[in-house]
Amino acid sequence: MRSLRALWIRICGTFGNKREAMELDEELESHLLMHIEDNVRSGMPEAEARRHALIHLGGLEQTREAYRERQGLPGLETLCQDVRFGLRMLLKSRGFTVVAVLTLGLGIGANTALFSVLNAVLLNPLPYPHAEELITVHAAKQNFNEGSISYLNFRDWQRDNKALAALAVSRGTGYILTGTGASEEVRGELVSSDFFPLLGVKPVEGRLFASHEDEIGEEPVAMISSGFWKRKFGARPDVIGKPLTLDGHDYTVVGVLPATFNLAISNFRASDIYVPIGQFQNPALNDRSAGLGIHGIARLRPGVTLKQAQADMERVSRNLETTFPADDQGIHARLVPFKESLVRDARPLLLVLMGAVGFVLLIACINVANLLLARANARTQEFAVRSALGASRARLLRQLLTESLTLSVLGGVLGLTLAALGTRIIVKMLPPDLPRATGIHIDSLVLCFTTLISLASGIFFGFAPALKMFKRDVQSTLRSGGRSIGSANNRTQDSLVVFQMALALVLLIGAGLMIRSMVKLSNVDPGFHSKGVLTFGLEAPPAMSGAGPDAIRAYLREAQRKIAMAPDIDAVCFSWAALPMMSDDEQSFWLDGEPKPGNQNAMRSSIRYLVGADYLRVMGIPLLKGRFLSETDDDHAPRVIVTDEVFAKKFFGDADPIGKRIHLDQFDDAAMVIGVVGHVNQWGLDNDAVNPLRAETYQSLMQLPEQQLSLVAFGMDALARSKSGAVPSFKSIESSVTKMNHEQVVYNPEAMDDVVSETLSSRRFAMILLAVFACTALVLASIGMYGVISYIVGQRARDIGIRMALGANRGEVLRWVLRRGSRLALIGAGCGLLAALVLSQAIAGSSLVYGVRAYDPWTFIGVTALMMAVALSSCYLPARRATRIDPMKALRTE
Amino acid sequence: MGSKTDIWQGTLALMALKTLESMGSLHGYGIARRIEQTSGDLLSLNYGTLYPALLKLEQEGAIVSEWGVSENNRRAKFYKLSRFGKKQLERETQDWEQTTAILARFFAPRQEA
Repeated sequence: MRSLRALWIRICGTFGNKREAMELDEELESHLLMHIEDNVRSGMPEAEARRHALIHLGGLEQTREAYRERQGLPGLETLCQDVRFGLRMLLKSRGFTVVAVLTLGLGIGANTALFSVLNAVLLNPLPYPHAEELITVHAAKQNFNEGSISYLNFRDWQRDNKALAALAVSRGTGYILTGTGASEEVRGELVSSDFFPLLGVKPVEGRLFASHEDEIGEEPVAMISSGFWKRKFGARPDVIGKPLTLDGHDYTVVGVLPATFNLAISNFRASDIYVPIGQFQNPALNDRSAGLGIHGIARLRPGVTLKQAQADMERVSRNLETTFPADDQGIHARLVPFKESLVRDARPLLLVLMGAVGFVLLIACINVANLLLARANARTQEFAVRSALGASRARLLRQLLTESLTLSVLGGVLGLTLAALGTRIIVKMLPPDLPRATGIHIDSLVLCFTTLISLASGIFFGFAPALKMFKRDVQSTLRSGGRSIGSANNRTQDSLVVFQMALALVLLIGAGLMIRSMVKLSNVDPGFHSKGVLTFGLEAPPAMSGAGPDAIRAYLREAQRKIAMAPDIDAVCFSWAALPMMSDDEQSFWLDGEPKPGNQNAMRSSIRYLVGADYLRVMGIPLLKGRFLSETDDDHAPRVIVTDEVFAKKFFGDADPIGKRIHLDQFDDAAMVIGVVGHVNQWGLDNDAVNPLRAETYQSLMQLPEQQLSLVAFGMDALARSKSGAVPSFKSIESSVTKMNHEQVVYNPEAMDDVVSETLSSRRFAMILLAVFACTALVLASIGMYGVISYIVGQRARDIGIRMALGANRGEVLRWVLRRGSRLALIGAGCGLLAALVLSQAIAGSSLVYGVRAYDPWTFIGVTALMMAVALSSCYLPARRATRIDPMKALRTE
Repeated sequence: MGSKTDIWQGTLALMALKTLESMGSLHGYGIARRIEQTSGDLLSLNYGTLYPALLKLEQEGAIVSEWGVSENNRRAKFYKLSRFGKKQLERETQDWEQTTAILARFFAPRQEA
């Protein structure tokens, strides 16, 4: 404790010890006087007495020095001196400092901003206790690795497994909320009673679900989100026990979830209402082969690895396969770490961007290193004098590093400020499908990161000039009187510029490939005309529940007629479960003449669109053959089906598909093909070709059996096309729908144009950022080039002057300088091209590139030409300056 | 006078403490003189080395200082043992006695022999 106290006093003593130094002087003064008096008293002459006293003291200055050393911490003190000196040097060369700090600030800021995104999305742990034990559970099927789990299989998996501490499921749904003001659509989640305990979520009010409530016929209960609680109930605690009318049924609120619970698994947005899934009145819940969009989440037993759990679930799946061959053939549980399943798609994107932004910082550091190198040459005299006066190399190195660290810390502070702003911009730009983006902010880990890269870059660019300086021979430097020595060696600077050019070229090629991909993609025909089409959700009023099929069909026709009456509407139709790039649905079938497959998984499958008769007209899909579905294709008419060209080609080859018959699973009668339409890119502009399931079929909503029809009415998508080509006004559609029935709700309006463009949002995000980084890199690299060429011109001014005096003309001088610059740029381009060839393979593997080869020659040639042009133009200014050198003046300065 | 001994490493602080214990409050010059006198002028003490040692003791809280007036009417800084300093002196005295006793044993047998 005592030595800690002494240390503290010494640290304090390091700063502001003026007063104490004066006290020491006074004390020594009185000491000397007393000693002199004593000496005089003992008979010495005055002068001798003073000399004797001083000798006995051991020298005033030495005593002061020893005292000072004891008073403060010498290391800390020299550090402070160095920092002070460094700051003074930086203030003296303001232009240099501003450029260096800005450059570093940009580099560090960009890195910090991107790292804070990476940190929030990839690094931050999930906000659940022992989150590493959480895994996502899917049912793997023939076509689809992450298929829906049937409810009965879930129950069996839950009962039979030995590796999981708990297994729960959830299913996204939507509800129409009535009875609390205007009706509205709310997002709901059906969850098994294990769901919240498994995640370790505790309610802030009320309680979680009891396990017995997860059964049909139990008292209907619901839990609500914190947001919903605040919005609808003003966060009043007496909400527990309040009724909630969802889809016309009354539920009792039993609990409120904490505000931190924000889990979007099956909906894209976190839900507001949670209801036990066991109460869900849907016959499909008791159908082992049905897919209802149910996905599982589980917690591993402590000590069990993912691999062991996967093996255990294999065993359970195989047992079910033998017990229920018809339904469970080929169905396996697939376990994925929960965090990975949340961030999977974002990982390559973020890592590529992080790599790119790292390159930018590297280039920025090289720029500063080059600036420092140039300055170091100007300071050789200063350092030669200091080392001649006895400063050790370590001491000088320490001072140089302190100076560069001071610079990098200033850059870091600026970078952090820029990052605080940049993060906000990036968050606004983020693609909507990026998970966990809400947690992006500058936290302690980000601060650590910034500090670390600031210090690392300070050391990195500080070492080059320091090492260079020590190569100099002190004697010759002193003798030359600070003038540069003949042909000073610029190899370090040259190679740094080459390296910079190479890095910039790699980034430019990456950005170029992304831009080329984007251009290719914007020319991809999605197979439909999205312009002027609005899609929105529509749900029949709660009063319709339990209505017969005829009433529902009548309702659908009426609703369509009412929406079509809104101004500017050209055509309207309904669709269920599947819309291009938004949602998908599958149809299992077998062809006429084939034996019926033993189970559903052995059947062929296609994408199924359940649509109204006007679908082609609304979506602008071309009819290639035969006819499309019409109003008369209802339950009285024979079952018909329309396929797309991919389907026709795949299953009928060159034969005419019209009139062919297809046996659809779940229907007794075969459907007849009546038409062929153009292919629609279901999986987004960039993914469609790689998706295994591409064949498409269209069936009429009106031909659905009774049970399914009522399901359809409570959760349809509607599509409206305008006459004018503008997106139809949702407001006017809303008002004509509410006029029809005030309990009816339309929701989620989205322009089809936006849907198409959203499928490219993460690609666009990466492209923009990469392009920005690449441009920054190019600008920084050309500043570096400019600096080095200017330096060379300045250094060779005398040479150039003599050449001109000997008769070289301005053109020759210009060419000489430009040749020097272009040689550097060419070597840099060569290295960059080689590196890009290797690295672009990595980008190609990450599926960020579309429709262009990773070594796309046009990109490579174009980008190299661009870089050469920029590099040469940055040489041009110093070259011009070289031609203006007055030979006489240059000679006279000798 | 030619055989003055340089002061042993680390003992200066102990001597200063002991001096202050016996003399009460004293200024730096006084402490230096006192140490020299006590040694019978056998120790060669660089007076200047005393001041960092005093500063160290003060930083550790073993002594406290205040400005006062010396016997010949000079303003001088006076040092005084603190309570902690007294304890430290006791401890270090014991340590020192133990050390010298051990060393004495190393030399004793030769005298006996």
